[in-house]
This record gives sequence, structure tokens and C-alpha cells, in this order.
Amino acid sequence: MDDNEDASVITPDGLQCLLDVLTARGYEVIGPRLRDQAIVYDALSGIEELPVGWTDEQDGGHYRLKRRSDEALFGYAVGPHSWKRFLHPPRIPLWQAVRDDGQMRFVPVRDEPPRYAFLGVRACELAAMDIQDRVLLQGHYADPHYQSRRKRAFLVALNCSEAGGTCFCDSMNTGPDVREGYDLVLTELLDGEDHAFLVCSGSEEGEAVLAELPQEPATEAHLVAARAVVERTRSNMGRSMPQTAIPALLMDNLEHPRWAEVADRCLSCANCTMVCPTCFCTTMEDTSDLEGATAERSQRWDSCFTSDFSYIHGGSVRTSTRSRYRQWMTHKLATWVDQFGTSGCVGCGRCVTWCPVGIDITEEVRAIHDDVSSGGRE
Amino acid sequence: MVPEPVRVLRRWQELDAVWTLELEPVKTGGRSFQPGQFNMLYVFGVGEVPISLSGDASETAALVHTVRGVGPVSNKLVALQPGDTVGLRGPFGVGWPMAAAEGSDVLIVAGGLGLAPLRPAIYHLMHHREKYGRVILLYGTRSPEDILYAGELAEWGERADLEVQITVDHAVSDWQGKIGVVPALLPTLDFDPEDTVAMVCGPEIMMRFTVNALRDAGVEDEAIFLSMERNMKCALGHCGHCQFGSTFVCKDGPVVSFDRVRGLLSLKEF
Amino acid sequence: MKNIAQIVCEHPFFHGLDGEFCDLVCGCARNVRFNPGEYLFHEGGDADYLYLIRYGQVGLEIAVPGKPPVSFQTLHDGDLVGVSWVLPPYHWSYDARAITLTRAIAMDARCLRKKCDDDPALGYEVLKRLLPILTSRLQATQMQILDVYAAPEQSP
Repeated sequence: MDDNEDASVITPDGLQCLLDVLTARGYEVIGPRLRDQAIVYDALSGIEELPVGWTDEQDGGHYRLKRRSDEALFGYAVGPHSWKRFLHPPRIPLWQAVRDDGQMRFVPVRDEPPRYAFLGVRACELAAMDIQDRVLLQGHYADPHYQSRRKRAFLVALNCSEAGGTCFCDSMNTGPDVREGYDLVLTELLDGEDHAFLVCSGSEEGEAVLAELPQEPATEAHLVAARAVVERTRSNMGRSMPQTAIPALLMDNLEHPRWAEVADRCLSCANCTMVCPTCFCTTMEDTSDLEGATAERSQRWDSCFTSDFSYIHGGSVRTSTRSRYRQWMTHKLATWVDQFGTSGCVGCGRCVTWCPVGIDITEEVRAIHDDVSSGGRE
Repeated sequence: MVPEPVRVLRRWQELDAVWTLELEPVKTGGRSFQPGQFNMLYVFGVGEVPISLSGDASETAALVHTVRGVGPVSNKLVALQPGDTVGLRGPFGVGWPMAAAEGSDVLIVAGGLGLAPLRPAIYHLMHHREKYGRVILLYGTRSPEDILYAGELAEWGERADLEVQITVDHAVSDWQGKIGVVPALLPTLDFDPEDTVAMVCGPEIMMRFTVNALRDAGVEDEAIFLSMERNMKCALGHCGHCQFGSTFVCKDGPVVSFDRVRGLLSLKEF
Repeated sequence: MKNIAQIVCEHPFFHGLDGEFCDLVCGCARNVRFNPGEYLFHEGGDADYLYLIRYGQVGLEIAVPGKPPVSFQTLHDGDLVGVSWVLPPYHWSYDARAITLTRAIAMDARCLRKKCDDDPALGYEVLKRLLPILTSRLQATQMQILDVYAAPEQSP
């Protein structure tokens, strides 16, 4: 977005060319599609498969698709899926144990993921990928499954033209403008019958792909229009995170009565952790065949809201919903900073939208903050 | 991530439902470890559990683990026979501060099976006895019948360069030793709290009471080390299960200094 | 040979006590000795004496029907045996038995109580020395009740 000198403009047909070029280069293109009355991420072969002319209405515990008055291709906010579904899949078989003559052998399961090209990666989602990189790649052990998917992925980012009712990326300083970590970045420009995309490249491969597309150089008017799109989105955020030192606020108030109040509403259903683009927890699943000759281990998504998440011999450490919600939120917003040098929240709003009872993380922070700054309750 | 097959060389019973296994890697031979580290042991088709290394780190041929059968995996582990194979990943984690404690007095406080992860530290101290000041071992357990490594404790008690005190929660009348809880031994010790590194392992409640007694005696939080227990699945800091505040017990621990967990240890359900 | 005043005032329980107070409490003290197995007192008995161990080991026990008595605490050099003498109705709530040859100072409890009543400053001094023993006993009991070393319940 900052580097406007090489900005180009492509048409919706040019976007189809982008899909074709990426496919020709061996990528499996994944992008937003309509399914089950939601906008999800799935394999994409043509731009007509995009949710053309659709938008979404989002609020705490509320998600509805609605018709737009235009034919925008990206006129909606994020849905229940995030790219973590592809980079850090819900289930990965790890290895098989084979027993013959009483001896055990271990055979790693070959992991051959496709090279993914993601179309329409929002700024908050790029921030989420950066966070998962820190968790899964930058420690003393790099997750090979994540690494092979992430390193080979081609990212077509998107400056947001629509803020959802639960979005608060602006107050988390992760969006709505795309800043770094992409191969190409698009801004959708819609003006009456004029429908175009401003495109900038952010990598060598992005530049090479862009060179293969039919394009025109961007004019000053295009650039002004693109900036206006982002600024309009920024001013339409549905939520905002209180601007305060959140880690200290939460860690100094681990026994605040608000935790019990939110626990009264929380169903401990784990939806927030499943839709969160940074939640990374997994468990190991061991199975064996009926003959007892082979056994298999898989890694699958887990959630700190489940009862056996904190199980140690004798019982679970966190049995109450209060303690589980507190664990999730203090990790996301406080201890995450100690662990990885960044908040674990990118302000995408998914946990708010997909919470069946509409618990709002920004509201929970605000409640503790307001209570503490007003001197606490009697 | 993929375990290595290890064979059970020998096994012997320590206590009721508590066995020690001597394991030998099938292919690669021995492997080294630091006192306080743990391995993940996998039982075919059942699952995997973290078990601390409890042998002598200077003898790498066999890996020694003391296991109490309490769940599906550990019950299978204690029933293994010589020649059986299990899967092993490890060693993992940060162990006892053996190097940092050089030049200081070392006070080891163990409770129950918590002696197992401390035994490699005791072996290390004895092998490098000249590098340390006084070495005191306080051991508390339930009853005289529940004393782990009783024979070795008796031998250590005979040594002039090791001060050993054993206490039990309760006993019948033929027990001639001490009865009472292990933190209560601290005020009776004439030790230098400013030049002592304390290494504590046992049930979490015992560790909390012990830490309180150590702090009352004047030991700095930074000089008190605990071996924590939390659920562990991957042992690599990726699965999230073992988090205790900002600490991943599997990779930042299991041994942590008390200043790192201060304020959180006594918090309910944290 | 040390006189009884020296022995009393050097014992940790009275150590550092003001000289005048020391003279007062010494009037209640005498030397005693218990052979291994000999009881200092029994549950339910009158708490007429408290004992300051000089050397030796004493076990506090509860009798269990049909089983050997269970000991829940041992006391050693420098420890005080017995706290029931300070509160009415002055009855022991457990047995105390010498495990090794034990030399102790027996303090006449009636005598000490009277002196504490007559001089509240002395009484306060004695209570301040007694309370930490009571609280540490209480903390130890908490830990013992929790049975922290017990094998956890078998999980399915």
C-alpha cells in the first residue's frame, strides 16, 4: 500500500487471469466461497465462485448473509474459517506404530501438502499468520507440518473494503490496511459500472505473477480511491479494544468478579478457539486397529475450554468455566505477550460473532478496566 | 515427533504400584540427559505420558524411569516385562540448576515420588561433590512403608558429605525415625539462606508449604527451584496443554525458579 | 555441672528470656529422664507438666483400637512437649512416648500458670513463645489431613 510506484490496475477478468496463472504455477487456489449460508474458504477455480454481490451482517452471536446493491467480489468481512485450517489443519496423521514379533517400529506418515495460493487474505489474517509463525516456527522446535505449508504458500492479500460488526483490527493495530507479509495485495475499487482492482506486489514471486497479468498502470485517482476505501473501513469498525495496558490489567485482576459473571454466560463450547486464527492448541489422538498390529497417532485441534485439556493424574486443573475462560483470555491478551512478544488477538471479531451467547472479548476487557479504574466495586 | 523404540532391560518394584524401568534404545544406544529432564513414554495404541528421568546422568547406557501406575498408560508401563518395547521421545525440558548452584550450599527437599526427578541431581552432586558447599536432603513421605529408594537413602545417610533427614506423616510404633511434615524440618536446620540453592519436588501442596518455609527462612525466590507438573502432550511447546501463566512447563520447565510462578501457584484452578 | 536455671534459660523455648522472668519460671522446673518406651503422659490425663526436651526423641501418638498406636509427630532436642497445660480443663489429647532415652525439663504446669497469671507480662512472653508452636502444628496437620502423598485415584 505504501509502495505505490509499481501499483497496477486489473479488471475482474484480470483477477480470473490471476487464478489461472497461479494454477498454472502449480498452486491450489483457496478463496472465499458461499457454503452453508456462510462465507468460507475453499478451493476456487473461477471468480464466479466468489460470493459476488454478497455481504455479511455480524454481531455478538449473530451472522447473516445479505445481498449487496453492487457486484462486489470481496464486499464482506471474515467468516468462520481462517487460513489456519489450511496451514495448521484440524487433523494431521503423524505416524504409525507397527508391532511384529513383539517389537515396535515407528513409521512417519508422509506429509505432502499442496502448494496453496490464498486469495483475499485480510490484514488481520496476515497478522494472525505472523503470530502463528512465532508460535510454531520460531521456537527451538519448528513444526514441520506448518512449515511446509506456510513457506510455500502464495498470499494474495486484500485491503478491507468492508468492516464487520464485530471487527476491531484498527484498535489492535493489525489493519484494515495490509502492511507486509504478502506476495500481492489487492484493493477492490467499485465506482458505478467501473470495477477494478489496484494491485501491488510484495515479493519477487508476486512481481513475476503480476507481470503475467493484463494490467494498466495505476493513476493518482486510483490511489486516492484505494486510500479512501481503507479509511472508510477504518471508520466503520463495529468494536474497539480499550487502549490500555491489557496484560497488566488482566494479570493484576485474576480474581476479579467479572470472570465469574462471564462464566455464567459462557457455555465452554470452544467455538471461540476453533474460529480464532491464532489459537494453536492441539492434542494427540492414539488409535489402534482391532487386531492390535498397527496403531496410529494424529494431531488434532484442541481447546482450553475442554475438560481434559488440563488433566493431570487425579483430575483436571481447570474444572470450572470461570477458570477456563480466564485461561483463554489471559493467554490470548496477556501471557501471549510474554511468550511471543505480541498479543494473541488480531481483532478479527470471529470469537465474538461465533460465540453462541455473544460474549465479546472487547466488552470483557472494558468491564474489568472500567471497574478497576473507577476504584472497584464494593 | 516420532518416538524411538526402547526395550525394557530390567524392572523392579519400589513401592505399591510403583516400579522402576531400565530402558535401552533399540537402535541408537544410550542418550544423555540433564538431571530434572523427562521423556515421553508411549505404550502401543494406548498413549503417551511424561515420566522424569530418575537414573544417573553419567551412565548413559540405560534410561531409568520410576513410574506409578495411576492411569491407562502408566498402568501398562508398570506391567511391562523385560524384552517388551515402548516408544520414547526425549529428553525434554529444563532441568535442575546444577551449574548455577556450583559454589553454593544445596538444599534438596523431596516429597513422596518427587524424589525420583531429584535423584539424578543427587547423583550429580555426589559425583562433583567438591564443587558444592553443604548438601542437605530432606525427604518427606506418607509412612515408613512409602519411602522411595529406601536402601539408597540409608546409604546416603551414612555419608559424611551428605546430610539426610527423613520424615513421615504418620507411623506405627516400631518406626524410630522422625514423624512430621517436611517443611517443619526447615526451621531446625542451621543453614545459610543467602548462600543456598533449594531444589524442591513433590505434590504441589507440599511444594507450596515448603516454599513458604524456605522464604520464611530467608531463601530468595530466585534461589528456589520447583519441578512443576501439568498436562503434557507434545513436549515441544506447541500443543498448549502444559501452560502455567506464561510458562510452558514442557520447555520452560519442568524445573522453574519460584519467582517465575510466584503469585500463581496458590491461585485456584490456574 | 549446670544448675537448673542455666539449663532452663538455655533451652530454645525460654532462650533470651529476661533474667527476672527466668528466675520465676525456674522455680517450677526440675530435671527428668525417660527411658525408651516410657510414656511422658497419656491421652485424657491431667496436664500437670509440660516438658522441654534437652536430648532425645518423643513421639506423639493416638491409640487405635485393634492396631498399634499411630504416631503423627516426633519431637526432638529443643522442642516443647505438650500444649494442653495452657487451656482449661488441662487434659492431654494424645499420648507422648519416649522413643530414645530422653532427658527433659519438666515444668510444673500449675506453678507456671500461677506465675503467668500473677505477672501478665510473663504470661504474654510465654504465650508468644507457645503460639508459633501451635500454628506450625496446625499447618502440619493441614498437610497431613490432605494426605498429599497418597496415590491419586485410578483414572479410567
